[in-house]
Amino acid sequence: MFEAISLGFMQRALAAGVITAVIAGYYGVFVVQRGMSFIGSGLAHAAFGGVALALLLGGEPLWIAVPFTVIVALLITWVRDRTTLSLDAVIGVFFATAMALGILFISRIPTYTTDAFTYLFGSVLSVTWTDLWAVLAVGVIAAATLLLWGRWAYATIDREAAMADRLPVRLDDYILSVLIAVTIVVAAKVVGIVLVSAFLVIPAASARLVSRRFLGMTVISLVLGAGTAVVGLFASYYFDAPSGATIILTQTAAFLVCLLGHALAGRLAGAPRSNSS
Amino acid sequence: MSEAIEVNGLDVQLGNYRALSDVSFSARQGDTVAILGPNGAGKSVLIKAILGLIPAAAGEVRLFGRLASEVPPEWIGYVPQLKTLDRSFPATTCDLVVSGRRRSWPGRITTREHETAARMLAIVGAGHLCHKPLGWLSGGELERVYLARALIREPRLLLLDEPATGIDIVGEDDMYCYIEGYQKRSDAVVLMVTHDWLAARHHASQALLLNRRVVSFGKPETALTDKSMREAFGHVGHRHAPCPEVPYV
Ligand SMILES: Nc1ncnc2c1ncn2[C@@H]1O[C@H](COP(=O)(O)OP(=O)(O)OP(=O)(O)O)[C@@H](O)[C@H]1O
Ligand SMILES: [Mg+2]
Repeated sequence: MFEAISLGFMQRALAAGVITAVIAGYYGVFVVQRGMSFIGSGLAHAAFGGVALALLLGGEPLWIAVPFTVIVALLITWVRDRTTLSLDAVIGVFFATAMALGILFISRIPTYTTDAFTYLFGSVLSVTWTDLWAVLAVGVIAAATLLLWGRWAYATIDREAAMADRLPVRLDDYILSVLIAVTIVVAAKVVGIVLVSAFLVIPAASARLVSRRFLGMTVISLVLGAGTAVVGLFASYYFDAPSGATIILTQTAAFLVCLLGHALAGRLAGAPRSNSS
Repeated sequence: MSEAIEVNGLDVQLGNYRALSDVSFSARQGDTVAILGPNGAGKSVLIKAILGLIPAAAGEVRLFGRLASEVPPEWIGYVPQLKTLDRSFPATTCDLVVSGRRRSWPGRITTREHETAARMLAIVGAGHLCHKPLGWLSGGELERVYLARALIREPRLLLLDEPATGIDIVGEDDMYCYIEGYQKRSDAVVLMVTHDWLAARHHASQALLLNRRVVSFGKPETALTDKSMREAFGHVGHRHAPCPEVPYV
């Protein structure tokens, strides 16, 4: 255990993995309750387009993938706002488009590159200092948005009520989608584009199963995100398994435990309670 | 004394459908205005236009002497006809009621907030529901909880879109009583959409008969005549009379 921690790349991977998992766990509660779980997948594939473009142009992938994905996120939110199309339909359109662009970009790269695969499947070894700083910056922003938790939650449970109370519901949609996009891109380095959407969905969905209140759901989702990232990363080191896949499977295990807890609680609550507090 | 609510020449356009044309009426503090009209008359649209959820194509809404958009939102309590809330959201009934006070979703609830919420729920006959998950509430229970949520902010204007829907007969009478009670205490204006014109006659100081425009407005006795009802609804039958022959398709 301690020898692993003393390794520089392992420290960076742990820090990046845990922080992104916590951030994703936080945004995830809104994503899951707003029924937009598909957005993680959609934006991850958009990120692939961005990374491919960066590889083609030859620069730091982050600086191109982040704006690329953010633009796609804004377009998705805008089209959703202006039409009666459902969110999953809009995401479906843009995610395929970005993916197609990505494949087109990669086919134009003259030399063979493994970088694209690093992003597709994620790699602990590949987390650089730049990546870590980016993760920290995203973490600071996420911490600042804790102030918006009440407002976002209010618009999540009842959009019309929030609008009637003149909260900036539409603006918040854009803010949230941009923050999710940025989180997806930085998390993709650790878990990979293919799996990153799980970060947004599994801890939050697990937390939902065992929570009666949204505050509890949020806290549990954060804790599950952090816990599964730590356990998953160490497991991947000791079993020499891909980090992304190991973290996600750890999350799945947590989900199953929550599912069991939910079933048991349901059975206990089966008898009508005269008074609860 | 200035009018508490003043709607002047309000037009509302939804796509290419003119939902409301030239709607004007006004009410003072302490008034209860019953809004009646056939399905699709634009009653809910009018309420939403007053709230600013739907923009006006022409005309204006003034509340307490100000433009509606400049009135602090906490002055207005709203019970929508269609409950748009996400029933799968992890929340207790008390959370929802407290959100009406805070205009934000509550994380930790203070003892005082909890007491206030529990008292509001008790007033609407839902005191036992405080700790129940929202998703478990029945239709009528949810209606009561929404009313508690609207009342907890002690609004000066109460907008109720068919608040009696799904509430049992005894509960309905109780509901009108505590709305009246609240109104006496606070001098609020109440705008209430209803299909029950007996309720309108008994509990409202004015009636607004609507069918995409104002058919009549005034004291219930004068506004809800057979003639104006016929004009709004096309015909007025006797309630629960034998049905006319309807061609079978
Ligand atoms: N977005 C929209 N675009 C076009 N027409 C709309 C739109 N929203 C509502 N309408 C129409 O506006 C009309 C008024 O609707 P509203 O909901 O105000 O009716 P209402 O008087 O409240 O009826 P009910 O008694 O059934 O509640 C309806 O005919 C409805 O079809
Ligand atoms: Mg209506």
